[in-house]
Amino acid sequence: MSEQPTVPSAEHPNPATESTDIVTPSSRSWFSRVMSSSAGRNLGLVIALLVLFAIGALTAGERFTNFENILTIIRFASIIGVLSIGMTFVIIGGGIDLSVGSVMGLASVISTLSVIQTFAEQTSWIVMVIVAILVGTLAGIVNGIVISYGNVVAFMATLAMLVAARGFAEIFSNRSTQIVRSQEFIEVFRADFLGIPILIWIFIVVAALGWILLNRTTFGRRTIAIGGNREAARLAGLKVKRHTVYLYAIAGMTAGIAAVMILGRTTAGTSTHGTLYELDAIAAVVVGGTLLIGGRGTIVGTVFGVLIFATLTNVFTQNNLNTSVQAVAKGVIIVLAVLLQQRFAARNKR
Amino acid sequence: MIKVDHEPALLEVRGATKRFGAVRALKGVDISIAPGEVHVILGQNGAGKSTLIKMLAGVHTPDEGTLRWHGELVTISNPVAALELGIATMYQELDVVDGLTIAENIYLGHEMATGGFSQRSRANKSATELLDRLGHGNLSPSREVGSLSPANKQIVSMARALSRNAQLIVMDEPSAVLDSEEVKNLFRVVNELTASGVAVVYISHRLEEIREIGDRITVIKDGRSTANGLPVADTSTSELIRLMTGRDIDNVFPARVPVPADSPEVLTVENLSLKGVFDRVDLSVRAGEILGIAGLVGSGRSEILETIYGARKPSTGTVRVSGSQLSPGSVTDAVEHGVGLSPEERKSQGLLLDQPIFTNVTLSSFARFARFGFLNENAERAAAVEQIEALELRPADPDNPAGSLSGGNQQKILLARWLVHGTSVLLLDEPTRGVDAGARAEIYALIRRLAAAGTAIIVVSSEIEEVLGLADRVLVIADGHVLTTTEATQIDEHGVLDLVMKGSAA
Ligand SMILES: Nc1ncnc2c1ncn2[C@@H]1O[C@H](COP(=O)(O)OP(=O)(O)OP(=O)(O)O)[C@@H](O)[C@H]1O
Ligand SMILES: [Mg+2]
Repeated sequence: MSEQPTVPSAEHPNPATESTDIVTPSSRSWFSRVMSSSAGRNLGLVIALLVLFAIGALTAGERFTNFENILTIIRFASIIGVLSIGMTFVIIGGGIDLSVGSVMGLASVISTLSVIQTFAEQTSWIVMVIVAILVGTLAGIVNGIVISYGNVVAFMATLAMLVAARGFAEIFSNRSTQIVRSQEFIEVFRADFLGIPILIWIFIVVAALGWILLNRTTFGRRTIAIGGNREAARLAGLKVKRHTVYLYAIAGMTAGIAAVMILGRTTAGTSTHGTLYELDAIAAVVVGGTLLIGGRGTIVGTVFGVLIFATLTNVFTQNNLNTSVQAVAKGVIIVLAVLLQQRFAARNKR
Repeated sequence: MIKVDHEPALLEVRGATKRFGAVRALKGVDISIAPGEVHVILGQNGAGKSTLIKMLAGVHTPDEGTLRWHGELVTISNPVAALELGIATMYQELDVVDGLTIAENIYLGHEMATGGFSQRSRANKSATELLDRLGHGNLSPSREVGSLSPANKQIVSMARALSRNAQLIVMDEPSAVLDSEEVKNLFRVVNELTASGVAVVYISHRLEEIREIGDRITVIKDGRSTANGLPVADTSTSELIRLMTGRDIDNVFPARVPVPADSPEVLTVENLSLKGVFDRVDLSVRAGEILGIAGLVGSGRSEILETIYGARKPSTGTVRVSGSQLSPGSVTDAVEHGVGLSPEERKSQGLLLDQPIFTNVTLSSFARFARFGFLNENAERAAAVEQIEALELRPADPDNPAGSLSGGNQQKILLARWLVHGTSVLLLDEPTRGVDAGARAEIYALIRRLAAAGTAIIVVSSEIEEVLGLADRVLVIADGHVLTTTEATQIDEHGVLDLVMKGSAA
């Protein structure tokens, strides 16, 4: 940064050296403040979730409302949830990542293979975790570099990665399922902590870290700025290209974490893991209020989006409705959410 | 001032009010427009001018008040309704679609088509006729609008308004991006229009322009009309300023402060070229000096600034700041060396319209307010508020989204950004575009104060008067070539224009 802060006049000393007293926003009504707070913006999502719960309770009764079932819903949500957190960053930053599902599959395959290749039981389960996350992050970095420095449209670059990663996964695994041999690994990811399954804890931690990163750090500010107006961000001196690579790296990393989670749940790695998960993740992010054109979105909204879809699925399953009906309902919800968003955007602009 | 009207006014607005949430943009506006006149609306930034004309255009609907068109009560509920009545509008912020061609933009919404198939050649032909009328017959109608300069985009927007054959054409600060030649063309067209009975509503902050083109003036202050239909000829400039601001402003340009003889050269540009745009530009600016660049639109002024700043990669040449060479084509490097640019198109190049004012102000410097990567928003807000007050940005709430501010106030955000960041070289592209007379004087004074504190400044402006009044030295360019560099006091507006005309002819 510049070493020459210019002082325009005596009355306006350099702000950087000033004390940091709080400026209270003037004349804003209680109502408008609540509405623009994140709780207010997510009000619609809270209501949607409550309605789904009510429907579930009415149609399936205790089967739906018992604690075990609630945990099932959240556990079901947690894998897509982790993917969606990474996706939120990419979309707010003005991009899209179609590859996270197949990167997840690739990471699950390489992770299980890495243990088989070495001394099976002796290798610590940590190795599997690290390998999966590394594979995911690397794929993300490749995406980011191709998009940023190769000037390839994000949609195409990540579509290519979607196809390629799936192909690699098939080659490495020989199209066969790799059983997780490490008993320790299986135990760790089967365990509960404070009565809540580890998978859910992972989701909670990733979402919390994502929230902090987006809302409290310079990284989050850069993400919002670049997604909101790329040219303005560039002319303000932000390193737009490099930051874009970081965003895809984050999405890739969450795909790696999701791979670990699915290994824990299924105790097997296969090239078909994560198929179409990218669409569920994107849907959850958009339903959660993140603008597809970038520049605006919230982690809290994404979490709600994920929970809404998971609850919906559960309600349908509890009532023995088939997956086709479920798919139609999902489609309807996505369209409704986008319509609501447009309403919101129209009211807030000009 | 009462005028005896024999026929009903073309358009009459009574008691119009409009609020946006807690902001009362209009608190009661009356205006009456006669056929064939140029009716000027005057007012400070944020007075409500654009809000009023958006009401006529059907973009906003009034909360209260009546609208009469040819004496009949009407409601204009959407833009199509306004166009159908016969009101065409050129908005303050360019509203052309970058991905479409010039002709497609002009006929957007009323495409020339038979059975759904567009008649491209017919559209192109009549687009050329319209452009010709505006003195720009040389622009190819099939060119993509995204590749045009802001001035040419404004021409397209103007051609679009003309294409509607409206009875009332509303122009919100059309001249802000135009140079004096193009303003002349604009005025010729306005005169043609009014001669044929079309009324024009004209908004501008350049008072001398208003004198030249306007017939009657309505002044808006804080959302209220404070003077209705004053004849331009009988009203003095100082009275207009008083009506607008409620105070007197005598000296627009601050006194020059002589640059100390031993003041070091901060910015050195040597042999800088950008292929096809400008060629071998040499210039230098010393600490405390203001260099003005004068030239017509399209002469390469903005591109020179952008290339110095690293936003474009030069084909030859070097830029040095206090002796150290900047890496070519790297904005980050320039910013790290204390160079700042306030870009020409604030909406597309400058602002995050969705984000609050304070994050826009600290966009180049928020990292400084952070610890270990964690933001300190309160410190950011405090820094922004200080500049908001210094620049009298209104409304002053740092949490308002930048997009809700009036044009002139958005401009102030960009200046505030570099004030917070602190720069040793400040590049200002049209720093007072859309800024009202009162705030303009303040911005000039501020630029002068920054220079006095040791900043090296370059100012580019379409208003030659502004370049001459503000700068210590002036660089005159035409067609990407430097014609001359001279002390600002050694040349006047005619001198510059003569040079430029000869230079571009040669
Ligand atoms: N969509 C909006 N939401 C909230 N406030 C708005 C909106 N549009 C305008 N305003 C406010 O209304 C007031 C009038 O704005 P307007 O754009 O009409 O000013 P103006 O007279 O055209 O100023 P300028 O000369 O700077 O263009 C300002 O205080 C502005 O912040
Ligand atoms: Mg305006």
